[in-house]
Amino acid sequence: MQIATKEITAESLVRAALDKAEEYKDYNIFTSLDKDGALKKAKIIDEKIKNGEEVGKLAGVPFAIKDNFLSPVGNTTASSKILEPLKSPITATSVKKLEDEGAIIIGRTNLDSFAHGSSTENSYFGPTLNSHDKTRVAGGSSGGSAVAVALGIVPFATGTDTGGSIRQPASFNGVYGFKPTYGTISRYGVVAMASSTDCIGFFANSAEDIDLLMSITSGRDPKDMTTLPDYYNIETGKSSDIKTIGIIKDFNNDSVAPEIREALKKKIEELKSAGHKIIEFDMPMLKYALAVYYIVVPAEISSNLSRHDGVRYGYRSSEAKDLDEVYGKSRSDGFMPENKRRIMIGNFVLSSGFYDAYYLKAQQARTLIIKEYENAFSKCDFILTPVAPNPAFKLGEKTNDPVAMYLEDVMSVPLNLAGVPGLAIPAGETKDGLSLGLQLVGPRRSDRELLRFASNIAKKEGK
Amino acid sequence: MKYNITIGIECHVQLATKTKLFSEVDNDARDKDPNTCVSPVDYALPGMLPRLNREAIKLAIRAGKAMNAKINSYSRFDRKHYYYPDLPKGYQISQFYHPIIGKGFITLPDGTKVRIEHAHMEEDAGKLNHYDTYSLVDLNRAGTPLIEIVSMPDIHSAKQAHDYCKELWRAMTYAGVTIGDLFNGNMRFDVNISLAPEGAKELGKRAEIKNLNSFRSVERAVEYEYERQSKLLDKGEPVRQETRGWNDATGKTTFQRSKEEAQDYRYMPEPDIPPVKLSEEFISEEMAKVPLLPQDYREKFSGSLPADTLEVLLDYQPLMEKLSEVKDIKRIANWFASVLLAEEKSYEMLNDLPSAEQLNELAEMTEKQELSSTGAKEVFLKFFDPQMGKKSARDIAKELNVIQENDTGALEAIVDQVLADRACAQAIADFKAGSEKVIGFLVGQVMKASQGKANPGAAQQILRQKLQ
Repeated sequence: MQIATKEITAESLVRAALDKAEEYKDYNIFTSLDKDGALKKAKIIDEKIKNGEEVGKLAGVPFAIKDNFLSPVGNTTASSKILEPLKSPITATSVKKLEDEGAIIIGRTNLDSFAHGSSTENSYFGPTLNSHDKTRVAGGSSGGSAVAVALGIVPFATGTDTGGSIRQPASFNGVYGFKPTYGTISRYGVVAMASSTDCIGFFANSAEDIDLLMSITSGRDPKDMTTLPDYYNIETGKSSDIKTIGIIKDFNNDSVAPEIREALKKKIEELKSAGHKIIEFDMPMLKYALAVYYIVVPAEISSNLSRHDGVRYGYRSSEAKDLDEVYGKSRSDGFMPENKRRIMIGNFVLSSGFYDAYYLKAQQARTLIIKEYENAFSKCDFILTPVAPNPAFKLGEKTNDPVAMYLEDVMSVPLNLAGVPGLAIPAGETKDGLSLGLQLVGPRRSDRELLRFASNIAKKEGK
Repeated sequence: MKYNITIGIECHVQLATKTKLFSEVDNDARDKDPNTCVSPVDYALPGMLPRLNREAIKLAIRAGKAMNAKINSYSRFDRKHYYYPDLPKGYQISQFYHPIIGKGFITLPDGTKVRIEHAHMEEDAGKLNHYDTYSLVDLNRAGTPLIEIVSMPDIHSAKQAHDYCKELWRAMTYAGVTIGDLFNGNMRFDVNISLAPEGAKELGKRAEIKNLNSFRSVERAVEYEYERQSKLLDKGEPVRQETRGWNDATGKTTFQRSKEEAQDYRYMPEPDIPPVKLSEEFISEEMAKVPLLPQDYREKFSGSLPADTLEVLLDYQPLMEKLSEVKDIKRIANWFASVLLAEEKSYEMLNDLPSAEQLNELAEMTEKQELSSTGAKEVFLKFFDPQMGKKSARDIAKELNVIQENDTGALEAIVDQVLADRACAQAIADFKAGSEKVIGFLVGQVMKASQGKANPGAAQQILRQKLQ
């Protein structure tokens, strides 16, 4: 990605990004833009460069943040009515690290309200359109960030991935999207969806760019007790360039769209010809992943959304006459239908008498899924699967069928339950010009190796 | 009919940490304006995460030691959900499945052992201030670390309930777990009370009296509940399982909510805080910091002090330490006990205790009859005087002019002088004629002549010798 220099100024980079944002306004990518703020920051960086002062590794690079990252730039709305008025005094750790290296936020990107969804159609501000076909969804929940990178507005954007919310929109828009190992990047300052599966990650045009972003943002954060000690920037012994790649049989059958199977087949051939070893196996536990996910995640969602009560910040219904109405009306008006659906599922599975049957059972199954991944990675270095069973679907096609929508996540959610990293890589287009994506999955903490492997195979292909 | 009463008590103890349980703001909000000790974590800004205070874990370990309990090497936090404006996250972070403190016990002064079922850590909620048509939320207290100590139903009288709460307070303050300021809510008690006919095998339905903040109110609430429940049972009416509040002014408990209205807390493991794993070394290192506890002092002083004196003094841990340093424990303890029973604001006096040297010298002088008991007491009180407090016992005694004349030669001279006094002639004659009581008058004359410094016992002895 282009860093500001004496010749190519930060101001010119930021201006170009803002112009493009304007040009693609009809895609509904941004919930807010910070034109003045971004240009001001760019000028400061240009001044530093002129004076020969130290500037960071991302000096003058414009970027976008998914609108669930806290920052005093704009309002942190989470694309919801209930947080629409929220001006944050806090900056998320990940955003701060990027800004400390000179990167400049130009705006906040659209998402499914509170990241609940797989299409960005559940946004209070309306859907974001697909970069390849405006009649189709951007994917989600980080749809805005994916499209912002795909249309070349910014070289990178932040996202969150709780069940596929980075990888799926990346594959729907033909860009790289990375979900790291759980705990690699601090969650501090990011509106929580499901604490035990939420991951911060990125959209970019190459694995190298993501590698750079990871080296900047990863590491232990005292403000997030679930962060891992820094492993990403610690050099490990060099492993063999020849890898064993696992293919999951269940994710390569009739349930997957033919053109995606074709893309997978093509990639397998490329890998083989590059000397890598391909093995096939079953991961029978993964068929329970979606069921487990839609118990554990709504449970955590219902809990994490409890704080939005209209008392201290955000939207409060002006019609409320007593405390119960402050809660009831504010939440009823403030949340989208999908938010409410998940709150209700969560409250149900946590309620006394049902906890053991649902939540506890799901946690047990989750442990088995983790073990299944451990077992798989004893046989191979990485796993290659589609990101989703279908390419981008039509706007409105699945909005009235939540289960069909949930099924779109079937190949992405198992990673979040196991906490393992996954990288969506572009894999060509359909004959109609829709982008296709595959995901490379690695064992926990293999993030850097995974990104470098992806970078190597992309180079081999001459991309 | 006669009923047996069964009582179990849950006690919330605010830990004396510098900062809150999950954020880095000041934990001591006394005398502070509302909402000035509040961080974004405390008011639950989205994206904020709890950061567990290590100091609170250490104090919980000490608390465990003070209740003779096992510390669990694995513990975990859970979320307890309910909506209330003083609970910013919509859930309280508590420990439901894996508490940090396991089974223990507290020994009451009467020797009764009250078993502790477990004790868990949790965060305190904020406070609501109610006005005519609105209420205001103060979150200064939100996030203050608490441990909740849950007793077994081993308490069987109002007095025992009082003693249990007090003993718990002593144990927690001795161990440095809490400041223990009951007036400011540092310790709060929920008392579960049930009655059953004498001889009955099963316990009756219980009522829970919430949020009592003094030992006396615990005792009174139990007494009131005994009356209330036994009247119901006498009439053949059922006691309902319910939560009741205590009104200190009326001395009555009042209905708050029934069991049916109890909320479903939807407990869930707290995903933002990894499990707490404690090594044996860490636990024993922290336990070693707990000083002697009330029960230890009971055993230590059982030979030297009467139980009732000791119970008066046991409320003051620094005093126990002081008594451990002095020689004449009984005499010195009695001085303190008389001060504590008689003087107003005696607790404040004890903030600055006299040194062991001062006390030992005073005890020796009294022992040698250089001071009368009245004189000794006068000197003792001056130990707490801001001007004289640091002086030695002898210097104070000299200044007060209360050292007794014990020199026999000098005393004989004074006696001779009194006996030669014409004003005493009649008394001398009466004594010789067999009137015992006039000896008092003569001793008084000697005391007067010595300006109060004579030892009255010695004076009487010499008088008797001379008049034989």
